Amino acid sequence: MAKDDIAARIVEIVAEQAVLEPGDVKLDQTLADLGIDSLGLVEAIFAIEESFDISVPFNANEPSESDFDISSVGAIVAAVSGLVTDQKG
Amino acid sequence: MRRVVITGAGTVNALAMDVAGTIAAMKAGRSGIGPLAFQDVDRLTVRIGAQIKGYAPEAHFNRQQIALFDRFTQFALLAAREAIGQAGLAFSGALADRSGVVLGNSGGGLGTLDDNYRTVYAEGKNRVHPFVVPKLMNNAAASQVSMAWNLRGPSFTVASACASSNHAMGQAMAMIRSGLAEVMVTGGSEAMLCFGGIKAWEGLRVMSKDGCRPFSLGRNGMVQGEGAAIFVFEDYDHARARGAEILAEVAGFSMTADASDIVMPSRQGAARAIAGAMRDARLNPSDVGYINAHGTGTAANDKTECAAVADVFGPDADQVMISSTKSMHGHVIGGTGAVELIAVLMALREGVIAPTIGYEEPDPECSLDVVPNEAREAAVTAVLSNAFAFGGLNAVLALTKAP
Repeated sequence: MAKDDIAARIVEIVAEQAVLEPGDVKLDQTLADLGIDSLGLVEAIFAIEESFDISVPFNANEPSESDFDISSVGAIVAAVSGLVTDQKG
Repeated sequence: MRRVVITGAGTVNALAMDVAGTIAAMKAGRSGIGPLAFQDVDRLTVRIGAQIKGYAPEAHFNRQQIALFDRFTQFALLAAREAIGQAGLAFSGALADRSGVVLGNSGGGLGTLDDNYRTVYAEGKNRVHPFVVPKLMNNAAASQVSMAWNLRGPSFTVASACASSNHAMGQAMAMIRSGLAEVMVTGGSEAMLCFGGIKAWEGLRVMSKDGCRPFSLGRNGMVQGEGAAIFVFEDYDHARARGAEILAEVAGFSMTADASDIVMPSRQGAARAIAGAMRDARLNPSDVGYINAHGTGTAANDKTECAAVADVFGPDADQVMISSTKSMHGHVIGGTGAVELIAVLMALREGVIAPTIGYEEPDPECSLDVVPNEAREAAVTAVLSNAFAFGGLNAVLALTKAP
């Protein structure tokens, strides 16, 4: 899957959580910038797993120590791209 | 106002099948947590829990009973048998009419639901056992206890997630205080360790895959357990008149709602519940020697709970011991406050404070005396037991030494 397609799908998922249009989500924004709380994050990760058929290593107890970088929308795109490569070849 | 005392206690949990064994395990700081064993466990990412190993329903119940009793009901009946046996009460006539049973649970017959969903959805069958409904309903345990011991007074089930059994025991206490009942059989049970039960919890990403380490830096979530604990609450004068052995007094209770978030705990909501229970029991911070914590081992609960205790206790927070026995028996969800009351009775009656095991490293955000890893001898006369549920529903009990 091309990285642009991954980015577009993640922006859609994040936009849905933030109740925004995809065009209003920027890759350098953080989830906090977008008003997404811890429940929204867990729901977004679920949507990512379902969309890409991957498993995302994320524990809400230690978000900063998870291998999955959620520091910005762009970071999530990069992390998911890596997982798709690792898990889907 | 009438006073309420405890005259019987019973439990089954991953540590032991009775109170004496559970107390011995808590004194030894033994863990009941290990690999889970049930159908489809290989499809889970979380595969540890405090499961009652080697449990065989056939050893305790006949075929007809097993057809009607989900695991959470079986646990409740076994714990009730021990508790009512210790209290030495038989219920008939006017006493039966003025005695009831209020139990807490969260999942009801979740195992029954899971088994039968598997039957109709996965296996494609169009027929299920005729007793699915009376087996899975959340009030099945309370009803079966009422039937087994002829408890004909106020009886129902309380569901407030992880605070269910504390809320139930609070109701039982209030009924005796107010004169609605003479004796109440109360506590809670839970049997959520099945594929669907754990799969649902996995989704929230708050479960640990490797262990329950409350208050310890680097803790990474909760570990579920299963079991029940049941107590006989009794009017003090009634207990004294019949010469019953009194295990402790239920001196205070408080419940609050955070009214803020469906999963994130609130420092203010917890603090109001702790302070309310102490006020109800007429206890000052310096009177309270031990707090049995909610202490789930999640990042959010433990730091919020410590902050709430610090708020209420002020400078006395450094003197009070606070431990989480979930590190040993796991989080028994709707039955957890009841199982944890065993540690409360141990503290008051035997002067031994149960440890928080699995403790590795201090967390500056949990800088209270959490009784790490080893039980401690200490004479205490008043204790609290906290329960703070998802949904922001909090219930705190205050117990004192037998009068």
